[in-house]
Amino acid sequence: MEKQIRRKDGTLKSVSYAKWGYIFITPFFIAYILFTLIPQFLTVYNSFFEHYRVGLQEVGPNFVGLQNYKELFTADPNGTILILKYALNTLVLWVLGAVPQFVIAMLLALFFTSARLNIKGQSFFKTVIYMPNLIMAAAFSMLFFTLFSRVGPIQGLLENWGVLDHSFDFFAHKVTVRGMIALMNFLMWFGNTTIVLMAGIMGIDQSLFESATIDGANSVQVFFRVTMPLLMPIFVYCLITAMIGGIQMFDVPQVLTKGDGVPNGLTRTLVMYLNGYLRAPNYGMAGAVSVIIFIITGVLGGVVYKMLSAQYKDQSKKKPHRERKGNVL
Amino acid sequence: MKRISDNTAGKIKLTILRVVVYSILIFLCVLCLFFFYLMVINSTRSNAQLATGFSLLPKENFFKNFINAWNDSSINIPRGMLNSLIIALSTAVITTYFSALTAYGVHAYDFKGKKFVFTFIMAVMMIPAQVSALGFIQLMTRFGLTDSYIPLIIPGIAAPVVFFYMKQYMESVLPLDVIDAARVDGSSEFRTFNTIVLPMLKPAIAVQMIFSFVSSWNNYFIPALLLNKADMKTVPIMIAQLRSADYSKFDMGKVYMFILLAILPVIIVYIILSKSIIKGVTAGSVKG
Repeated sequence: MEKQIRRKDGTLKSVSYAKWGYIFITPFFIAYILFTLIPQFLTVYNSFFEHYRVGLQEVGPNFVGLQNYKELFTADPNGTILILKYALNTLVLWVLGAVPQFVIAMLLALFFTSARLNIKGQSFFKTVIYMPNLIMAAAFSMLFFTLFSRVGPIQGLLENWGVLDHSFDFFAHKVTVRGMIALMNFLMWFGNTTIVLMAGIMGIDQSLFESATIDGANSVQVFFRVTMPLLMPIFVYCLITAMIGGIQMFDVPQVLTKGDGVPNGLTRTLVMYLNGYLRAPNYGMAGAVSVIIFIITGVLGGVVYKMLSAQYKDQSKKKPHRERKGNVL
Repeated sequence: MKRISDNTAGKIKLTILRVVVYSILIFLCVLCLFFFYLMVINSTRSNAQLATGFSLLPKENFFKNFINAWNDSSINIPRGMLNSLIIALSTAVITTYFSALTAYGVHAYDFKGKKFVFTFIMAVMMIPAQVSALGFIQLMTRFGLTDSYIPLIIPGIAAPVVFFYMKQYMESVLPLDVIDAARVDGSSEFRTFNTIVLPMLKPAIAVQMIFSFVSSWNNYFIPALLLNKADMKTVPIMIAQLRSADYSKFDMGKVYMFILLAILPVIIVYIILSKSIIKGVTAGSVKG
């Protein structure tokens, strides 16, 4: 950007402001390189070394090539490949929470945006359903533990009603522990998804709904033929960011099961596995697990990036100064 | 004639639909609030009262539980809340200021590699902190920064998501003529940013400060790996500690009070600012 500026003595001087661009973005890049990029390289680097501690004795670091990865995918004495088991756990826990999350959020978004239904008290409902999203996951999980523990009030209530036997333990069954984690994840995220999908629906040209209705389409047809196709980019964006969030699942199952992933490690997630190696500490294995998680998020993140940048180019071409609150609620 | 009856049938259908929809909404709201309601109620009950089981009515032991929790010898919750507050407030300020600064650098100036800078930040936006945690902890340990606030605050300077939000916001509210006008008036580039641009970004900054405060307050994974000294621990670490301690020996009234204290600051912020928070949720995501 070159600018002509008139000096006091009347001569013209050319000023370039480019250097200010560099100055302003420098702190970001210094911080990024120092706290993310170098650690990222170190993490990958570590994954090629044998480096752990047994008691007070430190082993390594010795270069071992792909040995850590090999070990990661080797079956334990029971014949299970732990990382696959934990990846499957993570997937199951995510699906159990995400399916109701997206179904309910979609329904609520349709309810809230329907002119025919004309729902009153929307801001109250939105305020309540979004609230769990801001709650500290560790505290929410601790709360569930106390409420559902053997001596907790929920167990007591269900015993009084005769639904449960006193010998029942919510934390001894795969179904109930997974159910609790899924319920918490559902509660924490469905409000958020509702609000984003709602904004997406409100961004669709209203006249399309009207003309579809005039042409005789019923609401189910309108949903599948008009709303859903136009909402697809936002829906997929939500879905993939939710998946990336799902891969990071840690606080809730960690606190709920004290890191054990009861019962039998069936609620242990990938990041809980990583956490175990970080604490052991076994840097080599922690590095290898990190790389695996990185690859999974990288693939999913790539899709989000593609969508965002396509969207971005599209918008800046169409209207350089687009209206701010165009479709934000 | 047929039209009229169609209309009434439609009206009845609509009424039924409305009843169903409101029932679903109320059910979901109850579900969202139920566990927190139980928490608040249970924080007013003594250990003996809690042993009697489920109750929906409050008792009179709130302040007793509060004093017990506040003065607990093993879990120093006031210290934890102070640590969390210092970290979360500093992170909120640093993240929003530097994200706005970076976004302004990309928005207002033309320079070589600008496109690359933008593409790079967008590309790394989705990478979670966990995948570089190992290297981060090693590096911070080497710098002697374990049990320090610094590694939990300063990395906030580089927050790609907040940057993206700020950049989008600037495109809609910040015309470049304003910057030119300031230049003609002899304002330096930094002064223009701090005194003219920042005030124009107030709504975006407010929303992002809230979000960064909340996510820092709730952050558990990295702090738990870096903070070992008792008086450096943050609230989520203390809550997790509560879970791994010998549970049967605890005064349950105190436990509920700890959980309440952990989430209370965020709830208060939310009650006051829920409107702008909810508005902020959608911004920064893809738009139709």
